[in-house]
Amino acid sequence: MATKTFWDWVGAIVTNYGQMFISGAGTTLLIAITGTVIGFIIGLIVAILRTIPVLPQDNGAKKGFLKVINAILAIYIEIFRGTPMMVQAMIVYYGLMEAFKIDLAPLTAGILIVSINTGAYMSEIVRGGIESIDKGQFDAAHAIGMTHWQTMTNVILPQAIRNILPATGNEFVINIKDTSVLNVISVSELFFVTKTVKGVALRTFETFFVAGVIYLVLTFTITRILRLIEKKMDGDGTYTIQASSNMPDGQFKVGGGLPK
Amino acid sequence: MSEVVTIKNLHKSFGQNEILKGIDFSVNYGEVVSLIGSSGSGKSTLLRCINMLEHADKGEILFHGDNVLEKGYDVTKYRAKLGMVFQQFNLFDNKNVLDNCTVGQIKVLKKDKAEAEEIARKYLEKVGMAEYVNAKPKQLSGGQKQRVAIARALSMEPEALLFDEPTSALDPEMVGEVMKVMKDLAESGLTMLVVTHEMSFARDVSNRVVFMDKGVIVEDDIPQNIFNNPKHERTREFLSRALEKY
Repeated sequence: MATKTFWDWVGAIVTNYGQMFISGAGTTLLIAITGTVIGFIIGLIVAILRTIPVLPQDNGAKKGFLKVINAILAIYIEIFRGTPMMVQAMIVYYGLMEAFKIDLAPLTAGILIVSINTGAYMSEIVRGGIESIDKGQFDAAHAIGMTHWQTMTNVILPQAIRNILPATGNEFVINIKDTSVLNVISVSELFFVTKTVKGVALRTFETFFVAGVIYLVLTFTITRILRLIEKKMDGDGTYTIQASSNMPDGQFKVGGGLPK
Repeated sequence: MSEVVTIKNLHKSFGQNEILKGIDFSVNYGEVVSLIGSSGSGKSTLLRCINMLEHADKGEILFHGDNVLEKGYDVTKYRAKLGMVFQQFNLFDNKNVLDNCTVGQIKVLKKDKAEAEEIARKYLEKVGMAEYVNAKPKQLSGGQKQRVAIARALSMEPEALLFDEPTSALDPEMVGEVMKVMKDLAESGLTMLVVTHEMSFARDVSNRVVFMDKGVIVEDDIPQNIFNNPKHERTREFLSRALEKY
């Protein structure tokens, strides 16, 4: 009887447990996407709050309020960037259960942790993005009477978000890989499922090889999609001159290379 | 003549450096005032203090009789009534030419889009940039950017327009197009306060010239007197240096 080769085992594992891998990958993607989106929104809000200017004519209450908010946000960022997500998962999941009798479903707890964790990183990334925008545009927005919120949402953030898109994609890819640590709270994501499959198939190398390929396919696809989004946001680099009386042809394009 | 803004005993320091050492002056409706002086004399700081991009340490800035430096004064409303044109143009890079001129009208003045666009087109026409409504700032030359920036400020229909060295960052061949727009505006009766190194503008276009040196106003007079018959030695020295290039 011929012994089974590596590929035979891989084929057998995929055939027998493919469904489990797919559901695990689905959970991983779900947590990574939701966590990245929510984390991104947290990052935006934190960065807007942390960049509110304190003006000498502001009253004491506003100054004090901003100081407290800033301190709280700084602590949040330090704690969640400074501890491993695996530890955060244990503390949040079991801590909430023991201290407050809140029994979260593992999936809910997983999404919560990834979101808060990503939020901490994204806050700093967004702050960097905001600081990368030339200060003159803040001046110009303020000079026409815009508030901090209006300046941020209309002028600064649209540009900052474009600039931080590569870093955000990075966070997304990291999240796809790092959801694996959520196996400690029994979230049935890809890594957890792989361990289960290994337990019944009893082939460690081949089982994790399949998992590795799935992770790679996920992250590779995501990075390509993000690259496309970046290109789309950059526009095509041309503009149209509006018709005027001395231009009978109506419109023509400028900046798009030679006319064809 | 009634004043748009009146400044009383204005002081401003950055750390140990006292930049403004007690400024008193006012700008009247319909006046074109040139603010001249060497680099570091405090001209730009004064301009930035007037529309509150910098907060003065001491003194008063009166606008319609109210001191805008008082706690609780609605600064955003005040800024909307004073336009500002910057040395570095500072156009919103994410918006095209038209949107640069409408965003303030829509968000701050709460005008509807159609009305805002009509007003924006009117002023873009005035600065000769109406054909470029779809262009993004990075696709324009320096002179074109500055003309759009002027149209953006005008679109807010402010009571006065402040210019902070509007041609200093331009290539020499582009200074003319911006100067021409500013001259047209001056002739149309717009109230303007212009920090400038263009002595020809100060002498031929403005109604009043204010010479600043080391944080104080040295001389404040009509251009003929400043240029032909300066009262102070410091003014004379500055002008002889500034006019050397002509």
